[in-house]
Amino acid sequence: MRGIDELLREHPFFAGLDDDTLALIAGCAANRRIHEGDFLYREGDEAGTFFVIRHGRVALEAAQRAGGSLVVETVEDGEVLGWSWLVPPHRWMFDARAVVATSAVVFDGACLRTKCDQDPQLGYALLQRVAQVMLTRLQGARVRLLDLYAVPDASKR
Amino acid sequence: MVSADSQDARDFRVVGRRRDTRDTTTLVLEPLDRAPFTFAPGQFTMLGRVGLGEVPISICGDPAEPELQHTIRDVGGVTHALVDVPVGDALEVRGPYGTGWQVEDGRGGDVVLVAGGIGLAPLRPAVLSLLADRASYGRVVLLYGARSPADQLYSPELVAWRAQGLEVETIVDQGDDRWAGRVGLVTRLIPRLEVDPARTLALVCGPETMMRYVTVALTDLGVAAERIRLSMERSMKCGVGLCGHCQLRELFVCVDGPVLDAATLAPLLAVREA
Amino acid sequence: MALEQAAVIDVAGLRLLIDVLRADGWAVIGPTVQDGVIGQAEIQSVDDLPRGVGDEQDGAFYRLRARDDAAYFGYVLGPQSWKSLLFPSRELVRRARPGDGPATPPEHDPELRPLALFGVRSCDLQAIAVHDRVLTSRVAVDSHYAARREGTFIVAVTCADPAGTCFCASMGTGPEPTEGFDLALTELLDDRGHRFLVRPGTDKGVAVLELLPSQTVQGADRAAAAAVVESATGHMGRELDTSQLRDLLYSNPDHPQWDDVASRCLACSNCTLVCPTCFCTSVEDATSLVDGTSDRWRVWDSCFTSDFSYVHGGSVRGTTKSRYRQWATHKLATWWDQFGTSGCVGCGRCITWCPAAIDLTAEVAALRVTPSADTLTAPTPQED
Repeated sequence: MRGIDELLREHPFFAGLDDDTLALIAGCAANRRIHEGDFLYREGDEAGTFFVIRHGRVALEAAQRAGGSLVVETVEDGEVLGWSWLVPPHRWMFDARAVVATSAVVFDGACLRTKCDQDPQLGYALLQRVAQVMLTRLQGARVRLLDLYAVPDASKR
Repeated sequence: MVSADSQDARDFRVVGRRRDTRDTTTLVLEPLDRAPFTFAPGQFTMLGRVGLGEVPISICGDPAEPELQHTIRDVGGVTHALVDVPVGDALEVRGPYGTGWQVEDGRGGDVVLVAGGIGLAPLRPAVLSLLADRASYGRVVLLYGARSPADQLYSPELVAWRAQGLEVETIVDQGDDRWAGRVGLVTRLIPRLEVDPARTLALVCGPETMMRYVTVALTDLGVAAERIRLSMERSMKCGVGLCGHCQLRELFVCVDGPVLDAATLAPLLAVREA
Repeated sequence: MALEQAAVIDVAGLRLLIDVLRADGWAVIGPTVQDGVIGQAEIQSVDDLPRGVGDEQDGAFYRLRARDDAAYFGYVLGPQSWKSLLFPSRELVRRARPGDGPATPPEHDPELRPLALFGVRSCDLQAIAVHDRVLTSRVAVDSHYAARREGTFIVAVTCADPAGTCFCASMGTGPEPTEGFDLALTELLDDRGHRFLVRPGTDKGVAVLELLPSQTVQGADRAAAAAVVESATGHMGRELDTSQLRDLLYSNPDHPQWDDVASRCLACSNCTLVCPTCFCTSVEDATSLVDGTSDRWRVWDSCFTSDFSYVHGGSVRGTTKSRYRQWATHKLATWWDQFGTSGCVGCGRCITWCPAAIDLTAEVAALRVTPSADTLTAPTPQED
């Protein structure tokens, strides 16, 4: 049975962090398996967790009035999900559903925050990594807003 | 090279049609004169009919097959008519015109094809020609981004291509709960590529803005700009460098392109409204 | 052709030249006064030429005037170049009749006579050479232009009296025709009489010249002809500094002068209509409601129109600024990369016929001025 810190060492998000640091934050985390179709969290729930996806795929989706949901993003192997542990409001905006059986290391947000308060170096290192992910997601979302694949409406110019 | 007259056309009959998506149809055409139609992957024809008009459309068929295939999207007057042309009707074809992907330049290395939306259609002949000579290439990866699952082209073929040795990664801008694949921007797939950038040839086709972002992501990965090829689109009335409409500074997109490398294009695309 | 084959003819000889060409089956198209300008029309005899007529030209200004001599060629250019004849603004390229099978190119009209272009100025001659390169020497050929061009006889004329918008000397395209003609005339009016030094440029030209009564060229004739050229070269209305012009235009896409000219340019496309080297076209399909015949016409188009660069989603060049920049850059710079020659022959028509009097030579001069730092900053929004 491998320790959490070993699982973290394998994951790209934590690249560059030394073993002592990983051992420190591993205390805030547990390994979880999520069945296909199960939800990691639901829209509106209080958000206090940070998910490090090891294997599988999670869909972030918004339920529609007419039934069904629209998926706005998927997160998979080697990626991370959730930053509401870091900044308020600590509330989920979307549903997160496991599209396939998924394994993840799940961090308790309050625990991680406390450790960052005590060790600003750790806090800065984690913040840099989170900012990198947010930048990529934000740019991807913005470009998708351009709706480039749609037939453009010339009258909008 | 024999200079052709700018208006030389051949008559083709529609022998098959298939509705791909809500606004896209594939036509299968055979020449009335029965002479084979040969083309290089990446080339286009001027497709239409006297009285209707004509438009430049990339060829999406198999270069090893004698018939001509075009995937057409309804975006204007002529294409609106073309997507409804019934089997048995005749159309005029001028061409093939333009430069091709020259995918064989990727032999001995890895090839990455990045398609956005209907951009998969001009890349399809390159895929087929790659698969026909699979052993000459290293890793061959297709990254395909579409607006939604319903907007994907050639879905059954993607499965077949995987079986023939093409790695296919698909992603959509927006999914629904019946879609178990990836949702996000196609550039998300590029940092995950496991290819040797020093020996990679990249072929990119899609909306121009998307191609710009993809080019940045590929160069960030380490692929040389000279080894990234884009298929450009401009207004075309003749397809043979005479009407002047398709000019991108000194380049005639119909003759010097449509396939052009990112190093050549970079200074030209950097000027707004060039 | 060596100057040794040149000869001198008088006014009677000029008359005979036109008669000989007509008798030989050519439609002689030459300059005539029409609607207050020098236009082009079929001429029946030397009497149709604008004898004693001169012209004054400037930005958005054109007037004919009476000369105080009887020169037949004492003006320069009207609004129409020879493009109107060799590369007409509307050309039928294909026709389909219902029930008749596929569309075909139009049948050749047997009544059509070959053209003799009479009175072609050196700048226009160079423009024809540019069109030859653009339309007949590349991947695809405009076969209509090629056919018309092959049968054409050209009588060129040296300019003696350049107009206010001429700048062929700057472009190296005149005022004396040097190649591309069958015959070239320099009109001489002095105390030795009203005569023409005629230089043949081809065997066809030699053959026609031999049919005319002529005199050998004397030293005084040669000197007089040289003086005409020297005087004309020194009396150009405009100048264009062509040094490093390609690099200047390629490296200044954001020069503030483009905004300045855009505030004056109406995008009316007059310049492209009168320019002898512009070649852009579009295609129009028309179906008759009467008998269902479908025609495809090739028509002149202009990069100044708002939908010239339209692809689904909108035009690439939506602003007048981008279109003026495109035209000027193409004409003076890009042409070199595409065709190995300048696109501008210094005829000055674009200056004369621009309703806003935009002067290409002045715009280029302004581009050579490095913008001051102030002009490069964006204006700050005004608080209301």
